[in-house]
Amino acid sequence: MTKVRKLHIDDKVEKLIFIFVVLFAVMALTKGNQILKPTVFQTIARQVSEIGLMALGCSICMISGGIDLSGAYIANLAGISAALVMQKTSGNIFAGMLCGILIGAICGAFNGVLVAHLRIPAMLATLGSYQIFQGIAIVISDGKTVQGNKILAKFAMGKVLGIPIPFIIFAVVALGAIFLMGKTSFGRRVYFVGTNEKCSIFSGIRTKQVLLFTYTISGVLCGIAGNLSLARINSAKADFGSSYIMQCILISVLGGINPNGGFGAVPGVIIAAFILQMLSSYLNTFPDISNYYRDLIWGLALILVLIANYYSDKRKMRK
Amino acid sequence: MENILSVKGIKKSFGGVHALKGVDLTIKKGETHCLAGENGCGKSTIIKVISGFYKPDAGTIEVNGIVHPHMTPSDAIKAGIQVIYQDFSLFPNLSVMENLAFNQVLANNEKFVNKKKFRTIAEEAIQKINFDVDLDARVEQLPVADKQLIAISRALVHDAKFIIMDEPTTALTSKEVNRLFDIIAELKSKGITILFVSHKLDEVFEISDSITVLRSGENVISCPASEMTEDKFTYYMTGRHFENESSTLPKEISKEVILEAQNLSAKGFEDVSFQLHKGEILGVTGQLGSGRTELSLSLFGLNRPVSGKIIMEGQEVNLNSVQEAQKLKIALVPEDRLTEGLFIPQSITDNITVTRLNSLSNMGVLNKGRLMNEASTWVEKLEIATQNPTNAAGTLSGGNQQKVVLAKWLSDNPKILILNGPTVGVDIGAKYDIHKLLKQLAMQGMSIIVVSDDTAEVVSLCDRAIVMQGGKMTGALEKEDLNTVNLNKATV
Repeated sequence: MTKVRKLHIDDKVEKLIFIFVVLFAVMALTKGNQILKPTVFQTIARQVSEIGLMALGCSICMISGGIDLSGAYIANLAGISAALVMQKTSGNIFAGMLCGILIGAICGAFNGVLVAHLRIPAMLATLGSYQIFQGIAIVISDGKTVQGNKILAKFAMGKVLGIPIPFIIFAVVALGAIFLMGKTSFGRRVYFVGTNEKCSIFSGIRTKQVLLFTYTISGVLCGIAGNLSLARINSAKADFGSSYIMQCILISVLGGINPNGGFGAVPGVIIAAFILQMLSSYLNTFPDISNYYRDLIWGLALILVLIANYYSDKRKMRK
Repeated sequence: MENILSVKGIKKSFGGVHALKGVDLTIKKGETHCLAGENGCGKSTIIKVISGFYKPDAGTIEVNGIVHPHMTPSDAIKAGIQVIYQDFSLFPNLSVMENLAFNQVLANNEKFVNKKKFRTIAEEAIQKINFDVDLDARVEQLPVADKQLIAISRALVHDAKFIIMDEPTTALTSKEVNRLFDIIAELKSKGITILFVSHKLDEVFEISDSITVLRSGENVISCPASEMTEDKFTYYMTGRHFENESSTLPKEISKEVILEAQNLSAKGFEDVSFQLHKGEILGVTGQLGSGRTELSLSLFGLNRPVSGKIIMEGQEVNLNSVQEAQKLKIALVPEDRLTEGLFIPQSITDNITVTRLNSLSNMGVLNKGRLMNEASTWVEKLEIATQNPTNAAGTLSGGNQQKVVLAKWLSDNPKILILNGPTVGVDIGAKYDIHKLLKQLAMQGMSIIVVSDDTAEVVSLCDRAIVMQGGKMTGALEKEDLNTVNLNKATV
């Protein structure tokens, strides 16, 4: 049957922008006095930077046909290492941040070797490696909270034209990710490998190299997120942000990344990160909804998005 | 003779596509009837209507003189209709015995598993067609031909009166086809009616009593097999007249050797030596498991040689990766289009340009315009039937999909093009187009290796052929000796 099925990369992004606008309108109408404040937006912008970077890493791995469940722990390990280096070098911020990013890259490459060369399913490989990363983080921090750096914290509180500096960093990195995945031959290869690894090999793609890079990039993104988190909270701890793993998956899937690999556009992930962060801030305005409900809400949201995607894909196939 | 099945005016559409536009099919009790037509003509759809899987939009189904207004799968089974689909619908992880007896036990609604009973049912089933197989073997470990016989035996367990076989010979070697035909004859002698779906001319003539041809969801002709000729048959199926393929002018083969294998051994074959001349089409033929596929993979860097030499253009080369093969301008159209050749859900453009990502980008940044241009050039050149190259490759018919795989490698401008089963699952029209294209390419100086077990294809397409058997090269046929008789003799 020759059915016409165009690849609308952008219709999911359009849908997300629509959801974003609706959510914003609902927030403004119901809790306008608490939400429509510059400080709230700035807080959202700071928080979205960290979760957004981790979600980007997870998304790129998902596009390659895998997943990265270790993102939050790579970020923690990177943050702790960065803080320790800053302490040891008596306040060398650059050395610390560089170390954070490097640790991210090493952790990512480790995941990449497990997935690409040792052929361990990504889900298990990164589930196992996150324990390792967390373990290392606990050992080097003695399980305690590691103090950050005052100058770094001050820098992170800075703004350019009212926009928090961490958010500017996020924006630059996100644009880089959009470019990498959408406009470069490497990006296309990640999509190919995620669609069909065997066919990629038969097409002359170095699949192992592509996967290794993919997970390394994810690690770097998480390393940057770790630095931003260290700067924002002015401390780092081994078990910080464990709920981020779940949220990263939720953002990726909501952003239109196909969990089976090969499809999904990066801009959608960024909008999805905003939607989620706004929703989170909105929930904060309801004192009745305690934090105990968070996991329940994110879990329900993920399952609902997956169900919605299932039906919309099915409808598309019928068309 | 009375009719076992008579369907009239069957219509069925999916979405806006009319798969069947009023098809009639009458089958007499005890005959072997062939249903023929190209891919997409509605053969599979009409089978699924007969088996109760699809509900037709219009038309009547009459089985053994009883009209079934709402035929369901269980009605069909009760009426003795059994379909053997191309994938056989077996449980690969279960034993032969379990596969044979399972449905019977389920149908009787038995709650406990009785191994002894399983064995009795299974033994009876395989005896009916004198099929010798280890009942405890796991189905996935058996060759395709055995799986098919298991599916046939299973149909007999259900007391089949009317067996429909959907393209049963596609994956079989010529020897296995003969065995299948013997079994069909045996079934016929027991009074079982058979509907044999195929588009292979020689088989259709060999086996059937009468023939019905469909084209684009409509009846073209129904007649006794004796009234059909090959030319008429091809015309009815395609609506096109083809000039005789083998009538191409004999050409002078260049003396220049572009590729040479010397005592090459790797997993799956050993001690293979041959020369490939520039502008030549070399056939590599042999049955499944003869090492033909492994040889093609070795020449493409996917099956590392353990000994022997590969010499290209006078220099010994190491082929340990596809990248090295690609650098040497060696291309492979793999055996399995769906898993190895194509990114089915990705666009036609992406599929064609995947081999060109480096050369059509600037420092790693893609030039989308050049990618699109390259793809549409090939869509046009190879007459790939699509409204839009941004459609997924999966929207194309088998023949057009194969053209996309060809385009993807031709775009990389190879010196040596290896094709493994170039026209498997491709309709006659596209097969003709692909053969014509390969001859043209050879004429222009490309060296081509065609790996195929389709003897007719090797004879009409190749300048020379080597024959493989059990991992060894057992013969080589020059053009003057290259004919169906010699090839069949060499491969049996």
